[in-house]
Amino acid sequence: MRPPVAGKGGSLFRGTSIGTTWFWLGAFALLPGLALLLVSVLDKGEIDFFIPVLTLRNYEELLGPVFLTVLWDSVRLAALSTLVCLLLGYPFAYRVARARPKWRPWLLLLVIIPFWTNSLIRTYALILIIGAQGMVNKVLLGLGIIHEPLAMMYTDFAVFVGLTYTLLPFMVLPLYASIEKLDPTLGDAAKDLGAGSLRTFWHITLPLTLPGIVAGSMLVFLPSLGMFYVPEILGGAKNLLLGTFIKNQFLQANNWPLGAAASTVLTILLVLMAGLYRFVSLRVSGRERKGLLPGALGDPDVMNGKKRRARDGETAGAKNAGGA
Amino acid sequence: MEIAPIIELRAVAKYYGATAALHNINLEIANGEFLTLLGPSGCGKTTILRLISGFESPSRGELLLNGQDITGTPPEKRQVNTVFQNYALFPHMTVWDNVAFGLKMQRLPKTEVNWRVAEVLRRVHMDALADRKPSQLSGGQQQRVAIARAIVNNPLVLLLDEPFSALDFKLRKQMQLEIKHLQRQLGITFVFVTHDQEEAFAMSDRVVVMNEGEIRQIGSSQEIYEEPENLFVARFVGEINVLEGKITALRPDGTYMANVEGEEFVLRTKRDYEVGEKVKVLLRPEDLKVYLEQEKALAPPFFLGRIVETVYKGATVDIMLTLDNGKDLQAAEFFNEDDTDISYRPGDRVAVSWVEGWEVVLDEEGE
Repeated sequence: MRPPVAGKGGSLFRGTSIGTTWFWLGAFALLPGLALLLVSVLDKGEIDFFIPVLTLRNYEELLGPVFLTVLWDSVRLAALSTLVCLLLGYPFAYRVARARPKWRPWLLLLVIIPFWTNSLIRTYALILIIGAQGMVNKVLLGLGIIHEPLAMMYTDFAVFVGLTYTLLPFMVLPLYASIEKLDPTLGDAAKDLGAGSLRTFWHITLPLTLPGIVAGSMLVFLPSLGMFYVPEILGGAKNLLLGTFIKNQFLQANNWPLGAAASTVLTILLVLMAGLYRFVSLRVSGRERKGLLPGALGDPDVMNGKKRRARDGETAGAKNAGGA
Repeated sequence: MEIAPIIELRAVAKYYGATAALHNINLEIANGEFLTLLGPSGCGKTTILRLISGFESPSRGELLLNGQDITGTPPEKRQVNTVFQNYALFPHMTVWDNVAFGLKMQRLPKTEVNWRVAEVLRRVHMDALADRKPSQLSGGQQQRVAIARAIVNNPLVLLLDEPFSALDFKLRKQMQLEIKHLQRQLGITFVFVTHDQEEAFAMSDRVVVMNEGEIRQIGSSQEIYEEPENLFVARFVGEINVLEGKITALRPDGTYMANVEGEEFVLRTKRDYEVGEKVKVLLRPEDLKVYLEQEKALAPPFFLGRIVETVYKGATVDIMLTLDNGKDLQAAEFFNEDDTDISYRPGDRVAVSWVEGWEVVLDEEGE
């Protein structure tokens, strides 16, 4: 956390800005994280939120059926939301990335505008759409397709709709960035080599946009595990999900250590997925270990330079021989 | 051309909205030839390439490959492969997988894919680097992989879109030679696009000079350089002096007498002119003969003028001079070690003539 020493003159700004960044990360990410980790291995108290006795009891408790059910339900729902966000987001992001450059900012704006409304309000607004007296039911009833309102509210389905709707932009933006970076001539090259549209997508587009897919999926999957207000509003009390579970431990059960342990598990999941993302994006960019090694073996330019010099020597020699 | 052409463009036109990229292109490409499309950027040469590869479709006219109409055939179904300007190698695949891609798309048996990839990689001297990713290769190596990836499919025609533009001068020269050798060995028709006339001349059997969506001349490198059919071609390839002339008499041997920039010269041309007709007389810098005025060794007719500047180029010396009537000319003389008095100084009075018969006579045309 020590700010880097300002080496040469004029790097005061650099030192200050980097130092500030480190300070922020330390004060608002690392310290709370460590505090959380610490609390998760303490015992819960009767009066205090926790008592300073080291124990792994909280993690043991998490292994019980209650938490595992919560975890499983959460992961299932989050995975489903992620998948649907991906299926909806990919074609859209692709279209935007391949639209004329002057259209792209406007199309992206369509994705971003909902962000400007408070997400709590947007979630409540969903009730007006999928509620018993909501728009969907009214339309379906009016058309005579159904005769009784569908019970969509307070089900897994409602939570799933809410998560998907809320998190879709987080899927679209990284996908857009990834697809936009993809050189369209690579697609041309694949077609030129005899691949139809489907195989071009499968062999070229999909693998090369994998970092965007993984990034988008993480940005949807992880928040949907921890997001507690969407399940709370749309799912009612009966669908206990991870976010709600953690919130309840802190605010209702007053069991901070257990909540902290659940939070820690969630954080570990996040770190694992971040590692996966890094692994995938390194693979795609083609910079494997071999290429990062310094020296002749890993540095083709060095080799090539040598080769070229050797060749120049030959031609120069030939020229001299010819002149003599 | 006796044999049926491998590629034929019949009255092909291409419009983007209201602007025409190609006007009315008729072009036959013979099987096995090295044909270069040469022209300034925006002349339509790349559009022709993209029409042949199938990434663009013509607004009018038709396209034949090996005698069959392929106007509506998608690129993946054409037996034509492209070496792209930026190589377009698949960054997530190794050299081997890049080259094998086309064969895998044809669903060939694995053993055949393996030996064909191995063979073509040996041919382009990339067999030792088959496990590399494109990002671990130099520009020249990437170029080789791009060529291997295209020719491994045994295309009827190989299209090359300015493939050397990213290479440095030395490497470019070397790759030009390699590609030319490769074309001779394979016997595949190469259609090459460039804006570099030297490159076009060095490599091609025939050159197609284009400008503003039209073909301005088709011919061998020598024909294009020595017998340009119009002022655009003359000016686009190499340096050239354009002199104003007027036919003054027809001579019995078929040649003409003409007043060129105020002096009477004999002009040889296959074209027919009448007395009084205005013409352009085109002379390459190396066609001009320059003498010091006091030498008087030169028989008339000649122009008188003075040296403005000389530029030493190693093998040649470029001489900028101004005629007494104000016309600027450029001459080039080969550096001759035996003849040391070639060193003109600015201001020297000189007489200028040319080797009779080396001039190109063109109609007066709106420039």
